[in-house]
Formats: sequence, structure tokens, C-alpha cells
Amino acid sequence: MLKIAYYPGCSGQGTSLEYDSSTRAVCRALDIELMDIPDWSCCGSTPAHTVNHVLSSALSARNLAQVEGMGMDKVMTPCPSCLTNLRTAAHKMEDQEFRAKSNALLDVPCKNTVNAQSVLQVLAENVDPELIKSKVVKPLTGIRIACYYGCIMNRPPELMRFDHHENPMAMDNLMTAIGAEVVPFPLKVECCGASYGIPRGDIVARLSGKLLDAGRDVGADAFVTACPLCQMNLDLRQGQINHALRENFRIPVFYYTQLLGYALGLDRAELGFEKLCVDPRLALGKIKQPAQAR
Amino acid sequence: MSTGRFAVPYRKLGMLMQIFDLATSDQAFIAEVEARSHQNIRTCYQCGNCTAGCPYTFAYDYSVSQIMRLIQTGQKDAVLKSRALWLCGSCQSCTTRCPNMIDVAQVMDVCRHMAREAGYATERAVKVFADSFLASVERHGRAYELGLMAAYMTRSGRVFTDVDLAPQVLMRGKLPFKPHPIQGREQVARIFERFRKGGQNA
Repeated sequence: MLKIAYYPGCSGQGTSLEYDSSTRAVCRALDIELMDIPDWSCCGSTPAHTVNHVLSSALSARNLAQVEGMGMDKVMTPCPSCLTNLRTAAHKMEDQEFRAKSNALLDVPCKNTVNAQSVLQVLAENVDPELIKSKVVKPLTGIRIACYYGCIMNRPPELMRFDHHENPMAMDNLMTAIGAEVVPFPLKVECCGASYGIPRGDIVARLSGKLLDAGRDVGADAFVTACPLCQMNLDLRQGQINHALRENFRIPVFYYTQLLGYALGLDRAELGFEKLCVDPRLALGKIKQPAQAR
Repeated sequence: MSTGRFAVPYRKLGMLMQIFDLATSDQAFIAEVEARSHQNIRTCYQCGNCTAGCPYTFAYDYSVSQIMRLIQTGQKDAVLKSRALWLCGSCQSCTTRCPNMIDVAQVMDVCRHMAREAGYATERAVKVFADSFLASVERHGRAYELGLMAAYMTRSGRVFTDVDLAPQVLMRGKLPFKPHPIQGREQVARIFERFRKGGQNA
């Protein structure tokens, strides 16, 4: 059993409840024990780093210090935005002068000994794909999936140090392992409009609309994502996008952990398909029952 | 400045094209951007790779490579008043693809810090959203989505923002009505207090 500190991130308690619960379920099924960071706080997300880098670092470093207090040197988070902030803080704190400034804002100083990784990276690097294959009870045969990684899961490569920065494959490989047909998707790392949904919805409509359009072009029945913000822009805002662009997209957008959990036969209540805005039943209906698949 | 404008006499070009006077170059500004971003702006040779990959160019006043050039030529006002700074999504495409290893997204971030400090906010809604978000974190220790939406609507005056989405998220229980207060929320509030007192630059 792999024990690892876990940083859920704020959206996991609200708009991406199903990402958090399906992540926990999948990890349990794959023998990964998640140790929640006690009393974790917000990393500051995009707003903090657009205001000041020391402030942003301190907000992240409070959590890294909590991990140090647990006696652990690695933490994982499902959210790429949290991940970027945690990794950026750790990277900037390698500079002693910067670390002193960041620590000056904190009650408990951060020693900067923690490595932050995405849940996706841990699954890709620490779990044998054969183990996953052997645990599949409902292979996803018959569904065509576009894997969308979002802009910051792998970029910039010098900071994120995971997978390829233009053509990442970690989710493609996981989806293939559980029997889905992964369609070649050219916009894997293109930005969805990020946090501009509220102040500049027109930008998100255009950028996320481009992604949905490309997904339709390559014949995807569904998207899978690893980012709460990408998922929200593509799924919750799909109606707004249709309205703005006079389109008629109806493409469900899953978290990769939801489909992984589905294939592993986990409890549907934890996978939270009913939380998705675009009805996923049509896409899930394409999955052939094992008898037919043979 | 493309199609149909070939007939414009050169003396009238000034009406179509913004012209910057290089004699007004602000050297201190260039030095400050370089120092705060830890990037060597002079190595940018205007290949345009950043702009080619930038998904936000359509919404910008100056493209990201133009911002880089404006910094090189010390055009402080044009940079700090640009809307592009506020619309950069920090997607890291420019940084990833720069052949000279300039962390362009970091340069945009630092210029946005400087614009804030100088009191500019040419995309006000973007600034109000960021401020509302951080106010929520300062108060609760975590981002509280419903509260931050309410604060954003009040501060921006855009009271109908996303009301069409409300039934969807509420029906699915995705917006808790109460924040999740954490024990350490005062520790988080102190981060903000110390930051405001210290006026940290980095």
C-alpha cells in the first residue's frame, strides 16, 4: 500500500465534488492511501499569482509546511491549478532570499522539502498498468474518447516535469488500459479560457468552443479531463457556449477518474455521474456490455 | 494593417498605426521588469512564436510579442495600461515555446503586478474577480464559491453574471450555501495582513 499526503483543493468541495470523490474511490481501489493534509487552506489559485509572487508562494507554502508537519515529503493533488501553485512556490523558494520573504508571511515557516505531484502522475508512474487492466470489470469498449489535459498540467516542462508538454499521453494510456478507444485529439494542451468564465465569458465561449468543435471533428463521444476548471468551462458552460456560438454541442465531459472508477466497477454514488451538466447517458450507452464485446 | 489599405499615403499611416517615440524609452522600467521577472528581455528577437501559440491574441490590444517589444523599448505607459496584461490566462504556451527560454508568462505576470501597483486596471472585471476571490480566501481560509460570486456581483455591478447557471449548480449540490471554515483561517488572514504591511516585492 502506497501512503501519500493529499491536497484536495477548494473546488473539490464545491464545483468539482465528483472529481474529489471519484479520485478517492479510485485510489482506494488501487491500494493508494490518501492522507488528507490537516486543516489545509487555499493555494491562492490564479488570482494570487497575478497579484504578487510572494503572497502566492506563502499561501501555497502554508500547505507545504503542513505536509512537512505530517513527516511526509510528497503530496498529490487532483487539481492542476493547485499543483502549479505548489510547484511554483517550491521552485521559487529554492532561492533563499525569496524563501525568507515567503516565510516572513507565515506563522510556521516552510522548509521546502516537499515534492508536489498530480494524482495523474502518481497513477501513471506508481501503479502498474497491468494491475489496472486486471481489475477492470466493465471495459469501456465502444466509447470514443478525447483526452484533454488542459494548459498547465504539463507546462512549462522545466517546472512540471511530467509527461510531454505538447503531446501528453498519461490519460490516453489509462483510457486505453480500461478498453476505451482514444481518438487523436490535436488540442490536448490548448487553453480553455481558464478563470475568465465570470469576468469575460466571451473569451471562454470562444476558446472552449474551439475545443468542443475539435472534439466533434475527431468523432469523440465524450471528453475526459483532469482539471476542475477545464471541466467546468466545457461542461457547465456548454449551454452558454452553444448560445454564444449558435452551436449545438452535446458532448459530456468526464473526469478521467470517473471513467476509471466505472471500469473498475466502483460504487456509482462515489463516481458522481449525476453531477455532470451535459447528460452522459448517451455516451455511456455506447459502451458495449461484456457479452457483446467478446 | 492589411487588405485595402495599400493606397494610404505614408504620412497618414500614423492614423492607422500606433507609433512610439524611442527617445522616450524608460530605462528604469526595463531594468525593473528584468529584475522582478529574472528574465533577460533583451534576448527576445521577435520571432513571434509566443503570439502564434497564444490563444488570447484575439482579445488583446497588443499581442504578447508586441508587449515584449514595448518592454524592450521602455514604453512603460503603453505596457502598464494594456488590456493584454489582464487577459493573459497564464497558460504557459509562450513560455513553453520561446526559443530563447524566456519565461514570457512570468514577464506578463510581473507587468500585471506593476500595473496593479501603479493603480491601472484596464480590464476592471478581471481585477474585481481576482480581488473578490482573494477576499474570500482571506476571510475563510479557503475559496468559498457562492460568497465570492456574490462579492463579485456587488463590486462589479454585474448582478446577472451567470444567473443562467444557478439552477444547474444548485440542483446538483455544487455550490454549498455555507463556507467550510478552517481552524487556521486566522493564520491565512495573517498572511494577507503581513503582506499588506510589508509591501513585498518579488
